[in-house]
This record gives sequence, C-alpha cells and structure tokens, in this order.
Amino acid sequence: MIEAIVFLPLIGAILAALIALVGAHGRNPSGDSVDHHDDHGHAHAAAAHDEHGHGDAHGHDDHHVSEPPAAGSRAAELITTAFLIASAVLSWVTLVDVGFMHHDARIALFSWISSGDLQVGWSLRVDTLTAVMLVVVTTVSSLVHFYSIGYMDEDPNRPRFFGYLSLFTFAMLMLVTSDNLVQLFFGWEGVGLASYLLIGFWYQKPSANAAAIKAFVVNRVGDFGFSLGIFAVFMLIGSTDFDTIFNAAPGLAGTKVHFLAWDVNALTLICLLLFMGAMGKSAQFLLHTWLPDAMEGPTPVSALIHAATMVTAGVFMVARLSPLFELAPDAQAFVMFIGATTAIFAATVGLVQNDIKRIVAYSTCSQLGYMFVAMGAGAYTVGMFHLFTHAFFKALLFLGSGSVIYAMHHEQDIRNMGGLKDRIPYTYFVMVIGTLALTGFPLTAGYFSKDAIIESAYVSHNPFAYYGFLMTVVAAGLTSFYSWRLIFKTFHGRPHDQAHYKAAHESPIWMLIPIGILAAGSILAGFPFKELFTGHGVEEFFRESVKMHPHILEEMHHIPKAIAYLPTAMMILGFAVAWLFYIRRPDVPVQLAREHPMLYQFLLNKWYFDELYEVIFVRPAKWLGRFLWKKGDGFVIDGFGPDGVSAGVLDVTRNVVRLQTGYLYHYAFAMLMGVAGLITWFMFSGGR
Amino acid sequence: MTTWPILSVTTFLPAVGAVLIYVMARGSDEAANRTARWIALWTTIVTLAVSLILVARFDPTDTGFQFVEQATWLATGIRYHMGVDGISLPFVILTTALMPLCIIASWKSITRRVPAYMMAFLLLETLMTGTFSALDLLLFYVFFEGGLIPMFLIIGIWGGPRRVYATFKFFLYTLLGSVLMLLAIMALYWNAGTTDIPTLMRTSVPYNLQMWAWLAFFASFAVKMPMWPVHTWLPDAHVEAPTAGSVILAAILLKMGGYGFLRFSLPMFPLASHDFAPLVFVLSAVAIVYTSLVALMQEDMKKLIAYSSVAHMGFVTMGIFAGTMQGVHGGVFQMVSHGIVSGALFLCVGVVYDRMHTREIASYGGLVNRMPLYAMVFLVFTMANVGLPGTSGFVGEFLALIGTFKVNIPTAVAATLGVILSAAYALWLYRKIVFGALVKPSLATIKDLTFREGLTLAPLVVLTILFGVYPKPVLDFSAASVQNLVNNYASATAAIKAAALP
Repeated sequence: MIEAIVFLPLIGAILAALIALVGAHGRNPSGDSVDHHDDHGHAHAAAAHDEHGHGDAHGHDDHHVSEPPAAGSRAAELITTAFLIASAVLSWVTLVDVGFMHHDARIALFSWISSGDLQVGWSLRVDTLTAVMLVVVTTVSSLVHFYSIGYMDEDPNRPRFFGYLSLFTFAMLMLVTSDNLVQLFFGWEGVGLASYLLIGFWYQKPSANAAAIKAFVVNRVGDFGFSLGIFAVFMLIGSTDFDTIFNAAPGLAGTKVHFLAWDVNALTLICLLLFMGAMGKSAQFLLHTWLPDAMEGPTPVSALIHAATMVTAGVFMVARLSPLFELAPDAQAFVMFIGATTAIFAATVGLVQNDIKRIVAYSTCSQLGYMFVAMGAGAYTVGMFHLFTHAFFKALLFLGSGSVIYAMHHEQDIRNMGGLKDRIPYTYFVMVIGTLALTGFPLTAGYFSKDAIIESAYVSHNPFAYYGFLMTVVAAGLTSFYSWRLIFKTFHGRPHDQAHYKAAHESPIWMLIPIGILAAGSILAGFPFKELFTGHGVEEFFRESVKMHPHILEEMHHIPKAIAYLPTAMMILGFAVAWLFYIRRPDVPVQLAREHPMLYQFLLNKWYFDELYEVIFVRPAKWLGRFLWKKGDGFVIDGFGPDGVSAGVLDVTRNVVRLQTGYLYHYAFAMLMGVAGLITWFMFSGGR
Repeated sequence: MTTWPILSVTTFLPAVGAVLIYVMARGSDEAANRTARWIALWTTIVTLAVSLILVARFDPTDTGFQFVEQATWLATGIRYHMGVDGISLPFVILTTALMPLCIIASWKSITRRVPAYMMAFLLLETLMTGTFSALDLLLFYVFFEGGLIPMFLIIGIWGGPRRVYATFKFFLYTLLGSVLMLLAIMALYWNAGTTDIPTLMRTSVPYNLQMWAWLAFFASFAVKMPMWPVHTWLPDAHVEAPTAGSVILAAILLKMGGYGFLRFSLPMFPLASHDFAPLVFVLSAVAIVYTSLVALMQEDMKKLIAYSSVAHMGFVTMGIFAGTMQGVHGGVFQMVSHGIVSGALFLCVGVVYDRMHTREIASYGGLVNRMPLYAMVFLVFTMANVGLPGTSGFVGEFLALIGTFKVNIPTAVAATLGVILSAAYALWLYRKIVFGALVKPSLATIKDLTFREGLTLAPLVVLTILFGVYPKPVLDFSAASVQNLVNNYASATAAIKAAALP
C-alpha cells in the first residue's frame, strides 16, 4: 500500500511525460539541416507571446496562446489526477492504520550507495509523522491536479504541466517517507527540481526563467549547509540512518568538533548545518528571497508547492530530527529566533504588497516562521498541527486567488479589483473562510493551531522564548490586517476596472469543487485533530516518531487566561484597522503612505533584500569570475605559462602564420621519435 | 580461466580496424569515406562486445589483477604485461562504450579526410585501452604518451579556427609533464630493477625518491586531470576540437590523470602522497571554486562545459587524496560519471553546433520551442552536471565529499561551495540556450534531434539515471580493489605516523 502511495504519482508522471514528449515531437520535425526561408507563422506566434511577457513589470499568469492544445492532454490530465486521488485515499487509510492502529511500516526497497561503512538504501518509513505528511501532500496534490484541469484549460502544454505536478508529488513523498538523511536529500532536491520546472513552466517569460533559477540557486545555498550536516553526521556517527543516528546522538553530548576555526559542540553544529537546509527550503529569513518570485509559476503550483507542501519540508525535517534538536538547545534557540524573525518580517512586507499572489506568498513565509517557533520551543507536534491546518487554508487562499485571477482574465493587482463579491460570490465565500482560518477566528482550523504555537512560545525554556512570543503575537495582528486588506480591496468597495469587472465570471466546476473541499477542510482540520496534535492524545498518536520537549504540552494548558486571549484580541484589532482603512476611510492608508515615504518604500521593496544580495553576492561573484578568467587564467597563468614560454622560444607572431596543418605532423613525428628513442635506450642500456 | 588473450584483443582490435581502413578506404571520394565510417563503426562495436566479455568474467571479489597476460618484450625487467583490476576495468569499458557513439556523432559532421579521421580515432582507442590495462610502467608510458598523438592530430586537423594555438598549448603543457614522468620512471627502474607495476607496488621506495618521483608523476597527471593552475590548455583544446574529439578528451583522456594517481601515486609513494595531500587539497578546492566562478562568465558553450569539467575533476583529486574508502571510491565513480555526463554534454553542444555552426551562447535561445526532445535530453545532463540526486553526478560528488570531510573539513566545505556555483552556471547556460522565446530569425527553422543523434544520446541518458538511482554495479565492481588500495595506503601511512610519535 505504501509503495502504491509513493509510486503511483511517479507512474503518472512518466506517462504524462511520454504523452508530452510524443506530442511535442510530433509537432516539431527532426532534422539536422536548417532551411533558411522563414517560417512566418511560427516567428509571429513567438514574437507576439514575447511582447506580452514584457507587458507588465509584475508579469501575470498569462497564457493566451494561439497554439492548439497538445495531443493527449485530456488523457494526461485524467491519468495523473486519478492516480493522485487513489494515492490520497490510500494515505488517509494509512493515517488511520498507523496513527490509531499503530502499524508503523518500514520497507527496504534496494541498496543505493554502498561504499565501505557507508550504506545508504532506498526505503520507505511510515510512522505517524510521515503519515500526517502523506495525507497533507496527497490530499492537496490531488485537489490541485483536479483544479488545474480547469485552471489550465487554455494552456497548450498541459501534459507537461501534469507530468511536472506528479513528479513533484513523487519527490515530496520520497522525502517524507525516507529512512535516512540521504534519501531525504534526494526528495529535497527532487522537489527543488520540480519547483524549478514549474516556476519556469511558461518558459517564454524571462521573469519566470529568472525566478526559477533564483529559487534553485537560493535553495542550493541552504543545501550547502544540509550537505555539510550530512557529512558531519556521517563523520561522527558513521551512518545516515535515522534510527542509528538517534540512538548514537545522546553519546555525542559534550563532544567538540574543530570546524574551520572554531571548536563547536558537535550536536549544535550538526543541527545548525541541517537547519540551514530547512531555512532555504522553507524560505526563512535571509534565504526567503526566492519565494515571492516563485509566484511567477502558475497559481496551482503556488498552492501546492509554495504553500502547502514543499516549503513545509523544512518544518518536517526539524520534526523528524527532533531527537537531535532536543539535545542541542543552542540550535533550538537559533531556530526560534529565525522563526520569530521571519514571522514578523514577512508580515510587515505583506502589509503593503499589491499583487494578490505575493500577499499570500508573504503570508506563507510568515506562517512558516510560526511553525519554526514551535519547533524551537520543542513543541514539534504543535508545529506539525499548524503545518497540517495551514496546508488546507493556504492552499485554499491560493486556489481562491487563482479563481479571482481567472475571473479577472489574469489580472493580479488588487488595486485594479474591487467589488467582486457580487460577481463571484462562491469564490468570495471560500476566500473569507480561508481568511478566517488564517487569522485564527475562533473554531476555525487556524485558531487552534496558531494559538497553540503562541502559547508554546510563551511557556518554552528557550532563551528567545519571550522574543518568539512577542513577535508571533504582533504578527498575528499584522496577519489579520493584511488578510482583510486583501479581501476588502478585492471583493468590496467600488470596482476599479469596469471592463474587467463586467467580464468577471465564476470559474468552471473543476475549480470550484476543490476550493469547496479545502474550505471545508479549513474548518474541520482544527477541532477534531486538536487533541491528537496538542492535547493528551499526542503520546498515543505520535509515539516514537517525534521526541517532544518534556512537559511543554502540560505547561501550555496552564497559561494565564489573558495570554491565551491575546492572539484573538490581536486578530480583532487587525480586522478593525483593515475595516477602517479600506471600507470606512480609504483615504487614511494613502495619507499614511505619503507621510512616511521611507517606511513605505522600505516595506514595499521587501526591506531591500534583493538589492542587498545583488550588491554583496551576485555582482562580486560575477566580477570575480570575470577577473579570474581574464586576469587569472589569461594574464597570469597563460602569460607566464605557455604563451610566455612560446613567446620566449620563438617569435610567435611570425611563426604562427607558418604553423600550418602540415607542421602538426612534424610535432607528431617528433613525439614518435622521442618514444622510439626511449625504447631504444631501454633496450641497450637498461636490459642488464 | 581464459583461453584467449581477451584483454589484448580488446586493446588491439581497433588498431586492426585502423589498418583495415588504411587498406580498404583509399582515396578521398565519397565511397572511401563511407567504407571508412562503416569499418570504424563495426570495429568499435565488436570491440565493445569483446570488452563486455571482460565484465561478464570479471570476479569483483578478487583484489588482484585479472586477465593477466605476459610476454617478453624489451628486457627481463621490462615485459609486455597486461591486466585489469576493479579500478581500471570501469575505464576500459567506458572507453569501449563511448567509442561507437563518437563514431556515430562524427558520421555527418566530418567530411574532410574521413579515413584518416577514423584511423586516428581507432588508434586512439587502442592507446587509451592500453593505458588502462598496462601493467608495466614503460608499456604504460608508451600508451599514455602515444595517446597524445592522435588527439593532437584530431584537434590540429579537424579542429576550429584557432586550432594551431590550441594544439600548441596542449603540446607544451603535456610535454613538460611527460618529460618529468619519464625521468621518474627511469629512477624507479634503477631502484627496483624492473618496471613491472605489481612488483613495484610491493617494493618499498626510499622516502627521498618517493618525494621526487611523486612530484614528477604529479606534474604529468596534474596536467592531464587537469588541476588548477595547469588547466588553461583544456578550454582552448575543447573549443577547437571537433565534437567527438571533445567527447573523448573530456570523457577518457582526463581520466588518465586520475587513474595515474590511483595506480601509481597512492600505492607506490604512500608517504609522499600523505605529505603532499594538503597541497592537493588546496589545489582541488581552489580549482572547484575558481573554475566554477570562471564558468559563470563564459560566453562560449564549450568553454563553459570545459571549465565545469575542471571543477568536477577537482572533486576527484580531492577524494583520491583523502585516502578514505568513500573518498577514493567517490573519485572512481565521479570519473566514470563525468565520463558519461561531460561526454554527453559535448554531444549536446555538437548537435546545435552542427546546425548553426556557432558555439556562442548568445546566438541561441528558446530552442525548446522547436526542439523539445533536445531540451529534455539536455536537461537530464544539466541536472547531472549540477549533481542532482537521482543522477550519476550526485553519487560521485557525494562520496568524494563525505570521504574528504572525515579527513579535512575546510577542504570539504570549500568544495561544497561548488554545489551552489555549479547550479548557477549550469542553469544559466540551460536558460540562455533552451528557454525563452524563440525570436532569433536564424533559429526559426531549426529542427529537433534526428534518429542518429538520438542514438548517441539515448544510452547516455539511460546510464546517467540508472547509475544515479542504482550505482551498485559500478561501485561493487571497484569496491574490493579500492578497499585494498585504501588499506595498503592506511597501513603505510600509519607506520610513519607511529614513527613520528616519540
């Protein structure tokens, strides 16, 4: 059954890829000659498309292409979607089987890398932590597949799109079912590849290509740390299998490693290095810059990869490695610090953005910060709970935004929207549910999980506990503000673009069903699961799969009432301010932005991180590359090496002219003579 | 075990093919060209088939040399001695497997002096196979240096406009290295009275001689690898070489340096290797970071891939001199993997070069719109070049790094930086060539891969992914020999470490 869950998406991906390749090959002839009379039809289509890509600085979800759809599009859609639904059903069965019946599974497939004492195998490990992830991944993925059938209906390259989606799902499933760090890394990079391909899905758009590369390279920066973490684990423990690592870890307490110039605690070092990977994948502060740009991809991709699943891989990794992090309090402190900083940072940037998808993207970034706060507090199941609920309401918000974008004919700027609630009431309704859940309205899913995180930060014994608590509380208020701002500016008020407003229409049924299901999930994922993730059922449900900080759940239940109500109060405050700003007195925010241009620009430009990185990393790297090439290779090495030598031996300018091909034989002959001479010498003198 | 000299047959069959071409494909008309092509193709295919018998009969648990053949040659101490172990056999197979692909890749792109071209390739195959299977130092030297001659001709006659400069540079560099190595070979011969490699491996060499001989061998192998800072011949040679020449250069000739380190430096001069390891670490780490940065700024497709080759070879030298099981094993695997991947990347360049006759990155863009199959194939190799898990590129890099981390953390950290940079330059190249809108009028009628091109690339795609997911065949093949090498190295250096303690 586990094999079916993991490999059905792979089979789907391969079939869709074959359909895509066969179709594409059919449309594009083979041949190694280039005929030079211009094929005007094609050149026109390409040029027209390119113009459109340049049309707007932000770049829209644009796919008005005159090309006919690829052959077999419908078949590819149905195959991949059906496989994913099957996989999702099996995942829920597995969750019950593992979580309640306690049938953990460990399936060894075959050996991967074996060299001396390093033995890495392909295997599938399912415990409750994995089962929760299986459910999240396959459920959201199957809904996104389903939704995409409607959303992508005008795109000519659908088999390729569905192939990528299924490939992503497979890689993500390999990630969550891995039983060792190396397979985890395989899934980790695999989802990175799929993300790269999907962000750049509309490859004719330069901005999409740039965003795809940025996502991959920034993630690689995180993976740099992740790899070093794996190497350090192997050096100290001699294995990469989770169970071996967890058993050996307590014995490493107090061990020091000489890393570069420092003597550091071994476990702290390992955890920090591995966490660097998590920071990249989960777009945490300093390595977050790729996530907003990733919105260049089609909206279903943003929902699946950049909201619900891939970006939570970092959270999952920390939870999976909880036995290590529990032994490294310094690393936990860092985790909480980064999480809390991300939560507040992304929320402040989200306040002023105008692209509907970017607002939701910054919100994702901020919510991931919340999850890491829980991880830093040692309340791993609480963080996992938020991961679980967040997957539903954030996927909902993205797919709902997709529905808005679809209705508005690929308009993404909320300043051009307004009043849409009358035109697309169903979308409005589900978006409000998503927003309620995100902001933590009582009894929605987000209410239970987010408040639990804030409580866990409050009671934790982390040096940054107070910081974490404060930042998450403030961020709760900001979250509420920017979320309602989005709703008000999009759905309320007067329409700003009459043409688009008039043409706005509700999306096809393919899209409405998945968002309806997710809306239900945004409410139902909370209360029924509360006990299992944050209450007395944790021990029974999760068992060995995570190692919680002792007593933290107990202490969470005994916090002062005032603290417990604080996030809800912040939520109401944020709502009130948003209502005042965007319904009651729309002139106030404009006034504020005018009075504080510095602050406004600072937030609008995302704290200038992109510009900063451009100056301190990208440009120096390019300059250094050019310098080393021209000066290092060209001037120093060649100048003093071969060119200098040859210039000394013979006057190159004169002789190069004479070094015609014929002369090469002379060199070759000279070398042959040398070899012959050598042999002769050995024959007569060396033979004894 | 064997009744016929299977290793010698593998080695010299291509030379027989070359003679056959000489005899049968006289003249320069189309008929002669066709005959030459077909003879070359069949010769390389038969050679591959024969070499696969080696694989079938090879015993991976035996750490010694197998398929050994001996005959008297020059003198009592200098004999014709051939044999392979788990370290050399993968390279023999790599050579015989890539050769037919090279012949197919040259089928249409070479139109001038075809018989001579095919003869050069076949001779090259003999010399390369011989290099990997020679068990006599002098025999090795003859094959090793002899291999330069056909390569030299291939670049110099069928190369691009600056071929003379490139061959000249290539010649100067390698000449320097080989002269020094020859001196060291003589010194070793005086020391042991033989040039028999297995005997030399068991003979202890005085510390002083070890140091000098190590440096002399190093000079030759470092140029071949090539290691920083003697790498500058490689980009020029690649740029000027015809496609198949680049493939062989990147896939096989570069591996001779790594093979030399494994066959001579580590087993024969363990003490010197141990003492010089820090030097190799520094050069490797510099090579990885330096050439990756340089690759980032290239404007020529082949130069970019050439610089990335230097970076990848940096992982090999680093892993080998780490002297750990994973490091050496990773070095061997990385060489095999790089042979497949870089060869394939040069074939990919050749595909578009044959159509557009330019290697300039800026002349391309948006190929995916008209060449979907090509885009897919190129993506696989780009990802393998980046070292994505699931491709063969990952396994070698990972093993080499994990093996080095145990010994020298700063080197491993610096080398791991290459992981970031390789993603940057490889994806940038891919984006500039394949992605984007197809707006250049010159590309408007470009066509996708032909059957012949597919034939050369398909096996490499399969191997790249197969060895990425299931590298066991290659790893198990060499495991026993590598373990043996590492054990001997460890015991030799342990002695000196123990002696160093008071």
